[in-house]
Amino acid sequence: MAEVKQTMERARAAFGSGRSRAVEFRIQQLKALERMIKEREREILSAINADIKKNEYNAYNHEILGLLGELALITDKLPSWAAPQPVAKTMLTLTDEAYIHHEPLGVVLVIGAWNYPFVLVMQPLIGAIAAGNAVVIKPSELSEHTGNLLAKLIPQYLDPELYQVVNGGIPETTELLKQRFDYIFYTGNPVVGKIVMEAAAKHLTPVTLELGGKSPCYIDKDCDIDVACRRITWGKYMNCGQTCIAPDYVLCDQAIQSRVVENIKKTLKEFYGEDVKNSPDYERIINKRHFKRVMSLLEGQKIAHGGEADEATCFIAPTILTSVNPESKIMQEEIFGPVLPIVTVKNVDEAIQFINQREKPLALYVFSNDKKLIKQVIAETSSGGVTANDVIVHFSVPSLPFGGVGASGMGAYHGRHSFETFSHRRACLIKSLGMEGANKLRYPPGSQKKVDWAKFFLLKKFNKGKIGLIIMAVLGVLAALIVKMAR
Amino acid sequence: MSKNEEGQEEAFVSSKAGKSDDKVTSTNPYAGLVNRLRASWLAGKTRPMEYRVSQLEALSRFLDEKKQSILDALAADMRKPPFEGEFAEILLVRNEVNYAINNLSTWMKDENVEKNLVVQLDSVFIRKDPYGVALIIAPWNYPIHLLLLPMIGAIAAGNCVIIKPSEISKNSEALISEMLPNYLDKDCFAVVTAGVEETTKLLENKFDYIFFTGSPRVGKIIMKAAATHLTPVTLELGGKNPCYVADQCNLQNVANRIVWGRFFNAGQSCIAPDYVLCTLETQEKLLPVLRRAINDFYGAEPKESPDYARIINDKQFQRLQALMNGGRVAIGGQTDAKERYIAPTVLVDVSTSAPIMQEEIFGPILPIVTVANLEEAIDFINARERPLSLYAFCDNKAIHQLLDRTSSGGFCGNDTLLHVSLVSLPFGGIGNSGMGKYHGKFSFDTFTHHRASLLRNAGLEAINRIRYPPYSDQKMALLIAAFGVKRRGACTLM
Repeated sequence: MAEVKQTMERARAAFGSGRSRAVEFRIQQLKALERMIKEREREILSAINADIKKNEYNAYNHEILGLLGELALITDKLPSWAAPQPVAKTMLTLTDEAYIHHEPLGVVLVIGAWNYPFVLVMQPLIGAIAAGNAVVIKPSELSEHTGNLLAKLIPQYLDPELYQVVNGGIPETTELLKQRFDYIFYTGNPVVGKIVMEAAAKHLTPVTLELGGKSPCYIDKDCDIDVACRRITWGKYMNCGQTCIAPDYVLCDQAIQSRVVENIKKTLKEFYGEDVKNSPDYERIINKRHFKRVMSLLEGQKIAHGGEADEATCFIAPTILTSVNPESKIMQEEIFGPVLPIVTVKNVDEAIQFINQREKPLALYVFSNDKKLIKQVIAETSSGGVTANDVIVHFSVPSLPFGGVGASGMGAYHGRHSFETFSHRRACLIKSLGMEGANKLRYPPGSQKKVDWAKFFLLKKFNKGKIGLIIMAVLGVLAALIVKMAR
Repeated sequence: MSKNEEGQEEAFVSSKAGKSDDKVTSTNPYAGLVNRLRASWLAGKTRPMEYRVSQLEALSRFLDEKKQSILDALAADMRKPPFEGEFAEILLVRNEVNYAINNLSTWMKDENVEKNLVVQLDSVFIRKDPYGVALIIAPWNYPIHLLLLPMIGAIAAGNCVIIKPSEISKNSEALISEMLPNYLDKDCFAVVTAGVEETTKLLENKFDYIFFTGSPRVGKIIMKAAATHLTPVTLELGGKNPCYVADQCNLQNVANRIVWGRFFNAGQSCIAPDYVLCTLETQEKLLPVLRRAINDFYGAEPKESPDYARIINDKQFQRLQALMNGGRVAIGGQTDAKERYIAPTVLVDVSTSAPIMQEEIFGPILPIVTVANLEEAIDFINARERPLSLYAFCDNKAIHQLLDRTSSGGFCGNDTLLHVSLVSLPFGGIGNSGMGKYHGKFSFDTFTHHRASLLRNAGLEAINRIRYPPYSDQKMALLIAAFGVKRRGACTLM
């Protein structure tokens, strides 16, 4: 594919020019990105709406608000992050310069997803630019309007050779994955995640994979069920359930199941009114294929609420299923739709066991007034992230690393973690050519005395102190003299 | 991936909720072992700090009590000089064990992080979770160090660990597999001895982390195997570490440091300076001082020095012998196949297309490649794969030019090897020389899943109302005020 090859050549040449390394340049590009988002907000919201039927409030809230915060944070902190970070030294290296320098990796590939088509491309892009890389952006082909808009806008605001957009379907993605990148950042599903990592392995390209899974939500008997259900309803049905960190299913005691259902029903009415289909705040399933997929998960299930659907508009009403069988189809795959199964468990230990028998999820939720119980759930399970007594929110705290573990992914980003993800931490030690006396300790011919001195110097650590410096220098020469005399 | 009539991806998200991946068919010889260790991990055995410290202390005891056996095995494997063995394989490892024990409680603590306005009243932190069952595969050149150092990180981070020592350093492999299990908890830690075929079988199992030290070629195979289970990896690989030398007053010191780094372990180090870049004039000045350093260190007849190692096996010996044809022998060049001895050798008039300049040397041969100036040296370095280490002996200005315009795993100015002896510096490669970092706290972090944790207040629901539908302009304004991060100097609403 000629386009992909040309894109790579341009990216390599642009990175090779060295212009993306200067911190001032990166900040200038990030500020341009900020301008782009603010000046072209209407078009962006419009594209998102065309792709995923999301109204402007939701779109702004989900896809723009966080980005502006991220940009403000990163442009503010970047100079300090990019500066050399001095490290603690040993006696042997006391008079030397020792530091970690964050450097760009080179040409990175960012593959976006369709469910939050703008932010899932932009947020990694921000990190990649901040770290000084050249970036090839591949938006999801399922969110075409956003992809096309990005292809139009990015070259208008950013350096068009350093940051390029490649749109297309499977052939283009396959071709891109054959190329040699210095980093690949992929958001999507575990099946494709494996394909991406395998392709990356051919070139020893490191990856971050933001995948998914079934995020469990345990509701303890001892909690404010009204509040819990409101928060769960919010997180589950936003974007019509098409959120990687949506609470996928609920685990709770049989005794509270019907209260949970009642509270969610009540909340749904508050949020979307009597006629959900006509609420301007309720989205649709992305396309017919996923519509059919989600509907097939309802087969044989006990529908406690909802279930109405309209294929023509890809509408599926907010749905609740009760007493779901753990072996049924809906419990085997990430739902990614507005259907909430409730699986009953006897107690928190059973819930923990249930969770641990399954793949590690991207997010884990637990609602309880009992702090000890919450601590127990967190301590005895593993997940990408966890929020207790709410859902989703850990995503929006920039200081928290956002990412999965096990089948839900590897690597993390947001805020400083984005910068770290797209950087190479280069260890630097700069010594002087003098002080050769101290070095003689390590040169052959060997001796036990030399070993003992080496132990002494290596095992002690110093951070500062001019006096310490002088003492060490003297000791070093002394040691070398002693060993020489003893020979 | 395949197309359907809509031209879109087929089979979407089908993440298996059931863990059928874990239990590889019972015909896999290692499935039982992996399952057993995973059960121990799920039971929580490795989580308490006291447990981890006790296992690390046991490692320390192993190093103390078996010190002579270790040095003997290393001598049997590659005639490693006792000083090198003690320094690189025992001292440095013990250093790291102590460092981990001293700092473990700090490292394990929940790390509190900065809050935004929305979560001001909540508990926000990063929880340090173990991954589960880690696999560590070690190479033969520092068979104890490169096995135990990553293991320290894995244990400190609370994982169960399977270690696979190299089958090429046979004596060290035997020592580890016979003696180490007596020190560690057999429920959680296991040694597997395996050749290429068995290792392939081992890799079919699902691990929660794989740490590999070895060649780029095998690194690709490991990563591909890891991809089938979405297992994260650290790959400590290698390459050709360039060593740039500018004309200096103190060339003897330069020579000492290069000779030490190059001929340590008879050149079989991933971080050894692989080749020298300098002007023709500098080369002529370097040769006599290199000669002198070699003589000072190993005597007139290095073959008789107790401080000079041997090549690990015949295959490597023959490979190295052949590489010498890539240039003219200026120093050394003597070999003895029976002892697998290769004298400390320096080549000049090196052809850049010869095999010696195409592969990592990993032996006691130092080619000198002449360049006109620093510019040419930088271009030479950048035309090749990014190395694990980059060395430069020159003034500060040139050092910073090199640093700014090249890329490498690590860098050491005016010396060799030492940057890896600081536990505070991350050790690892980039590009072909690897991915991931370890040593010190970086080891702990490598084997830890950093879990974002947010414990919210169940009350204060009123504040949340601004995020719930139905939406309005008013709610939007409040939301922006609450979530947005303001630039310094701008005033905030609340």
